[in-house]
Amino acid sequence: MGLSQPDFVPGRAPGAADEVLPPFCIQCGTCSVFCPMIEYMDYSPRVLNAMLMAGRYDDVLRSRAIWACTGCYACTVECPKQLPVTESIYALKRASMRASAYPRRFVTPVLARQFVRMINKQGRSSEAWISLALYLRTRPLQLLRYAPVALRLMRRGRLPLRHESVREPAQLRRVLAALDVTTVEDA
Amino acid sequence: MSYAYYPGCSAKGTGRAYEESLRAVFGALGTGLDELGDWNCCGASGYPAVDAVKATALSARNLALAEGARPGPVDLIAPCAGCYRALLKSERTLADGGPVAARVGQALGAAGLQYEGRARARHPLDVLVNDIGLDRIAAEAVRPLRGLRVACYYGCLLVRPYATFDDRRAPTSMERLLEAVGAQPVDWPLRTRCCGGSCYCGGPLIGALPEATLRLSHRLLKDAKRRGADVIATVCPLCQFNLEAFQGQMARKFGEPVDLTVGFFTQLVGTALGLGDRALGVHRMLHWRLPEPAGVKGGAHVQA
Repeated sequence: MGLSQPDFVPGRAPGAADEVLPPFCIQCGTCSVFCPMIEYMDYSPRVLNAMLMAGRYDDVLRSRAIWACTGCYACTVECPKQLPVTESIYALKRASMRASAYPRRFVTPVLARQFVRMINKQGRSSEAWISLALYLRTRPLQLLRYAPVALRLMRRGRLPLRHESVREPAQLRRVLAALDVTTVEDA
Repeated sequence: MSYAYYPGCSAKGTGRAYEESLRAVFGALGTGLDELGDWNCCGASGYPAVDAVKATALSARNLALAEGARPGPVDLIAPCAGCYRALLKSERTLADGGPVAARVGQALGAAGLQYEGRARARHPLDVLVNDIGLDRIAAEAVRPLRGLRVACYYGCLLVRPYATFDDRRAPTSMERLLEAVGAQPVDWPLRTRCCGGSCYCGGPLIGALPEATLRLSHRLLKDAKRRGADVIATVCPLCQFNLEAFQGQMARKFGEPVDLTVGFFTQLVGTALGLGDRALGVHRMLHWRLPEPAGVKGGAHVQA
């Protein structure tokens, strides 16, 4: 999917007609006030909404702000217009991944993909293996800094290396495969 | 009396003490937990960032399995706040009867599963306070946590966005529960502020914004300490891990050491019910020190 969106309509994510974005933001800034991650964002949640309404969709998808969102729903709960701000940011994350627009060297999208692959294959996640895979793929040297904590956890049985699977991975795969047929994503 | 039980992945790893103390507490109150036979991951915050419909289907399968295991209405206990939110979201999406509900329903059908809407997610805090009841729990508290000052940490996803059993801005269930077993909750406005957990995955040294995660957690710890807390009680394995495991890194990074015990609310309730450290998974904690009068087995704990 390209980033230029001549058919951009405020409130609709191009290429995913059913992805709903907040179309009627009143720019009060309540979301920004309650966002715990705002100091780590290039654009505040309020500004993200302003950009969306102004059609600056490309910049939004390239922002690091959407990836800084922890999904804590503070903005959603406080929004006086009751806009689904957090769900919209999830939708923007998906659009950013589809467009490969996310900032390079940003590990969250890598993590999300790795995580999805693990779940699709085994049905359960392993904290040990997802961490290890992520370190190796992104910042192998940081493994050394994490190792002492990992060892303390292991000694207490909190970081098992055995990766548990669902008993019927085929059944889970059938459920997920049945959802592969259409490409339209709904939030 | 027993509930269907969805442990979630962390309950088998970093959050093992949560599962152990939960089982011990429910057992002591005569309530069983039947683990769902073939549960799968809830999708956490990673899966919905890639595919929202499949993320809905992941929890839908768990709900369907719970219905398959029991007749009538099924209360499915999910101790991890992240799993709990994922299950609730799935429940709501499927109940609204929209296009996603139809597609997920078909996908379940393709695998011989069905969700009728009989199963619903419950958090153990809700069950303890509203099903089992504070009077009953207070009556069983043979070793009340007298004088123990607890900062009750709800984190983000227990009461947001759905707030099924408490207020989404100013929850009180945990304070009421711990007060019922003798503890003294501290006034702590940050108790629903995010710990940064979901962006740490893999450890805050590597998460999306390593510094941010440490900073968010550090602020919580510092403020809880300033308000006189002896311990932080958590309802989520990610929050617990995040607040407990990296206090050393925080001290080095921000030059302001924090040194605070962070446990699961079930460990504190269990202690009051007279259950032993081992049963409550205390030996799995990286750091566990409760003050003298409330301390388990009547003594201060050596740092593990």
